Amino acid sequence: MTPILQVVDLCHTYGEGTPFCHDALQNISFSIEEGEFVGIIGHTGSGKSTLIQHLNCLAKPSSGQILFRGEDVWKDKAFTRDVRFRVGLVFQYPEYQLFEETVYDDIAFGPKNMGLSKEEIDRRVRRAAGFVGIPEENLQKSPFDLSGGQKRRAAIAGVIAMEPQVLILDEPTAGLDPAGGEKILQNIRAYQKALNATVIMVSHSMEEVAACADRLIVLNEGAVAMMGTPHEVFSHAQELEKIGLDVPQVTRVFLRLRQLGMDVDPAVYNIKDAVSALMKYRGVNADA
Amino acid sequence: MLKDITLGQYFPGNSVIHRLDPRTKLLLVVVYIVALFTAKWFVSYALVLLCLIVIIGISGVKPRTILKSLKPLLFIILFTGILNLFYTEGKTLVSFWISTITYEGLTRAFFMILRISLLVTGTFMLTYTTSPVSLTDGMESLLRPLRHLHIPVHELSMMMCIALRFIPTLTQETDKIISAQKARGADFESGNLVARAKALVPILVPLFISSFRRADELATAMECRCYHGGEGRTKLKQLQYRARDAVAFFLGAIVLASVILLRIFGL
Repeated sequence: MTPILQVVDLCHTYGEGTPFCHDALQNISFSIEEGEFVGIIGHTGSGKSTLIQHLNCLAKPSSGQILFRGEDVWKDKAFTRDVRFRVGLVFQYPEYQLFEETVYDDIAFGPKNMGLSKEEIDRRVRRAAGFVGIPEENLQKSPFDLSGGQKRRAAIAGVIAMEPQVLILDEPTAGLDPAGGEKILQNIRAYQKALNATVIMVSHSMEEVAACADRLIVLNEGAVAMMGTPHEVFSHAQELEKIGLDVPQVTRVFLRLRQLGMDVDPAVYNIKDAVSALMKYRGVNADA
Repeated sequence: MLKDITLGQYFPGNSVIHRLDPRTKLLLVVVYIVALFTAKWFVSYALVLLCLIVIIGISGVKPRTILKSLKPLLFIILFTGILNLFYTEGKTLVSFWISTITYEGLTRAFFMILRISLLVTGTFMLTYTTSPVSLTDGMESLLRPLRHLHIPVHELSMMMCIALRFIPTLTQETDKIISAQKARGADFESGNLVARAKALVPILVPLFISSFRRADELATAMECRCYHGGEGRTKLKQLQYRARDAVAFFLGAIVLASVILLRIFGL
């Protein structure tokens, strides 16, 4: 099966021909399969945001291609517009884009632009609100009367309501308290499950991507530094540190345990694996 | 698309032009404009143009940047030029269908285009080579006498400083909001005038809200640092005229005098 999104040798140069010209992305290639949850991690300024803007045609590659189901997204105008609806992009701090008088209307903005029928729009708005946990009575409120976390959820619902096959989120939990952040991650996973959608999430938090992602793409200075399952990526703790990134706290604990001479897997990245690794270790010891 | 706006932008540098006292630069811009509007014929225009080229050369600002800054004004410049070209009475040069081009029209259009371009470029050179902070310092210091007329000079210059500071921020913000709404399928490029005006609402509302939020945050931040207006406020960097300012004034005076002389001789 063709991957849902393919990035082929993508380069992007900002401000070509001015003194501020610099290469934001250099020869990036990867593909994303249907239904995957991919985490993109990288230091500030590593090109994460530029990369995801290419994935839904907001930025045009200086060279290289983006393929959606095997077809170049820039092949014609209608297709580009279509791809924007199929690949939903939630920006950083999306609550700053809210503008309508009611939460309902704001969520309906995307579906309306798709030219759907009134009934279909209504169905999608309510479904999207359900995914992100906006109670029915809040739909008729002004989005500006909501709390920060609620606003964020309304804004994410605005993209989810277009029911994109690929949902891209740029640091969806930035600036929220841990509980609020965790809730939003749950919402995203619920959406992924219900529609068998593909999710791409940019994040600074290693814990977050460790908990959610099937696969990680590590960017450094506009190039792919590493790619693989969280287990593969987090087993390269030193290289990650070199490019200014971290490993999850649990992984750090296990790295230290290994240094102290315990025979455990140093790339454990979540609590569940950590528990089973420790049990196994004790079991091995008990046998001996 | 908004990245092309370089209005009020400052390009840091260390040339003599950059180091001139901001008051000198402000006054010389006035001298420059007066000279430009006094200029009448090729020789005097050439002199003003030469001055500008020398200033650009010394300042190290790239000619390409300057051409780019003129781009948004291209329409106005061309429009003025064309109007002058076709609607000036005089000796007919070419005539076709209902329009005629006169010799006077041709020269007038040429001078008009030259004048607007020189005017814009000259004033841009001020903001290109002067940081907003020193620009407002200079402005405040020059306008100080107006305090006696109960004009809040300090507050006005502070407002100007903040406005200049926020141009790039708001430009970036606008770009971001446009992208975000485009990602939700907003269409700004098609439809009639009404549809296009309506399409701006999803951009303007968030932009206004964030401007107010920023203003509020800035006000709080300023108050936290005990800002309370210009009364009794001292400055870290005192403005001081130096030898180079005297030289600049001298050269400015010579240019102005020459242009006036040239005008008297009709050159």
